[in-house]
Amino acid sequence: MELKFILEAILFSAQKPLSLKELRDVFAGAVEHAEGNETVRGLKRVKEEQLTAALEELAREHEAAQRSYRLVCVAGAWQFVTQPEYAAWLKALVGHRARPPRLSQPALETLAIIAYRQPITRAEVEQVRGVAVDGVMQTLLERGLIEQLGRAELVGRPMTYGTTAVFLEYFGLRNLEDLPAADELRRIPVQRPESLATADPGLATAPPEQLNLPNEHPGPSEGN
Amino acid sequence: MSDYKVKFEIFEGPLDLLLYLIKKEEVDIYEVNLTRLATQFIEYIDTMRLLDLEIAGEFLVMAATLMYIKSRELLPVDQQVETDGEDDGEDPRWELIRQLVEYKKFKDAAGQLGVLEARQESVFPRVPGKLEFEAEGPARAEASIFDLLNAVNLVLARFGQRGDQRDIFEDKWSVSEKIEHLMRALNERQRLKFSELFEGVTSRTEVVVTFLALLELIRLKQIAAVQEQPFGEIEICRAAPVAASAPVPTPPEPVAEQEPAGPDSGGGASGEAQAGEGVPGGAVESAAISSAPAPNSNQQTA
Repeated sequence: MELKFILEAILFSAQKPLSLKELRDVFAGAVEHAEGNETVRGLKRVKEEQLTAALEELAREHEAAQRSYRLVCVAGAWQFVTQPEYAAWLKALVGHRARPPRLSQPALETLAIIAYRQPITRAEVEQVRGVAVDGVMQTLLERGLIEQLGRAELVGRPMTYGTTAVFLEYFGLRNLEDLPAADELRRIPVQRPESLATADPGLATAPPEQLNLPNEHPGPSEGN
Repeated sequence: MSDYKVKFEIFEGPLDLLLYLIKKEEVDIYEVNLTRLATQFIEYIDTMRLLDLEIAGEFLVMAATLMYIKSRELLPVDQQVETDGEDDGEDPRWELIRQLVEYKKFKDAAGQLGVLEARQESVFPRVPGKLEFEAEGPARAEASIFDLLNAVNLVLARFGQRGDQRDIFEDKWSVSEKIEHLMRALNERQRLKFSELFEGVTSRTEVVVTFLALLELIRLKQIAAVQEQPFGEIEICRAAPVAASAPVPTPPEPVAEQEPAGPDSGGGASGEAQAGEGVPGGAVESAAISSAPAPNSNQQTA
């Protein structure tokens, strides 16, 4: 019996997403029902790395088989979910899920800044966005997407904020590394280009190659 | 041209407007002509004024920055004022471009989050949201203040008489710290047993502080204390979200910040924790008082 199939059976009948710790508890508890089964005893103290490896293999297999469902890890807990294409039928089946209204553009922008730069103070968020964010931050706090992490060692000891597990669940993310383009946006400061010497009036600054941006962005698209 | 209509986008702020203008020019951010951008930006502000829109202060600050950049560029290089140390020679153009690039990246990231959000709406987990067949457990009786007091008295008994040797501890915990501690513990686990709250405590004071934190959270309707069966173990869990009719939770009052070792703070906290229940309030107060180091205990240190 392979570990990944045991995991598949457990997650198939699980009532909720299971974390690695909860899965290990299941393996430890299974010994009581072992009745001399050597496999069960052998897996009593299964390591988290083993579990992760088996789960990831299982997820890859499901992905490759192109089933209508897949195995995902959201906020550290594993579960089977359906593919988005089948939403229409599932909505008809289970009715409308209680999901809060979508976030507004300012809320998404603010949330993105906090997610990539946490822990971050309100003033730092405002610096990036160039506008006040009080109301938006309040909304995000109320929806439990962000929380206070502590206080920054700055003048006035301002609060610092970060994202919560609810945030990961809401966007279906495994962890913060799973954020789109996480390695680029997290922490890495924009480098000042070397070639700024072109100070002719009206002339542009030469673009440093590593920072060229794609031209399209989801902002306002219509001109006048 | 009289029927010329301005289609006005709603801009999140000056940076958003600048990005929009740059995109209209179809140039890379790094290649943008800031002088022309300044002119367009100010035209927009004029339009806003024409339309009687309120112009947020941020737009005016940005307009001023752009005017400054523009005025600098009007001068030949050799006649530009050397900023003596004040700005560290930081080029305002670069400062603005850096800000724009950063904002653009986060704007794009926000767009991607929006996609994820929409996608997640169509993803259904293995288990449907509501389990209709899940048996309603036995009605959970909410533990009364007397149950809680009995329980805490049992814990306090552990710290009862310990002979004449005494150590004096500084008060390591404040009520607000314990509140945070409790909320964190409840984030990790659905419910906690009453006894578990007091597993790590080392002094009477800490028991009292923990208990006050518990009462405060119950008062704020953040948590609930339930007792499955009479005389059973009390369990603490997060309170179900109450309807809007519930009083708006006030943040813990300054009283909670103080060390409860003094008689006055004990009285204040118990008073607000269970206003109107004289007996329990009094009991808590006496507990707080007795936990305060008695004057003569100092001399009894071995």
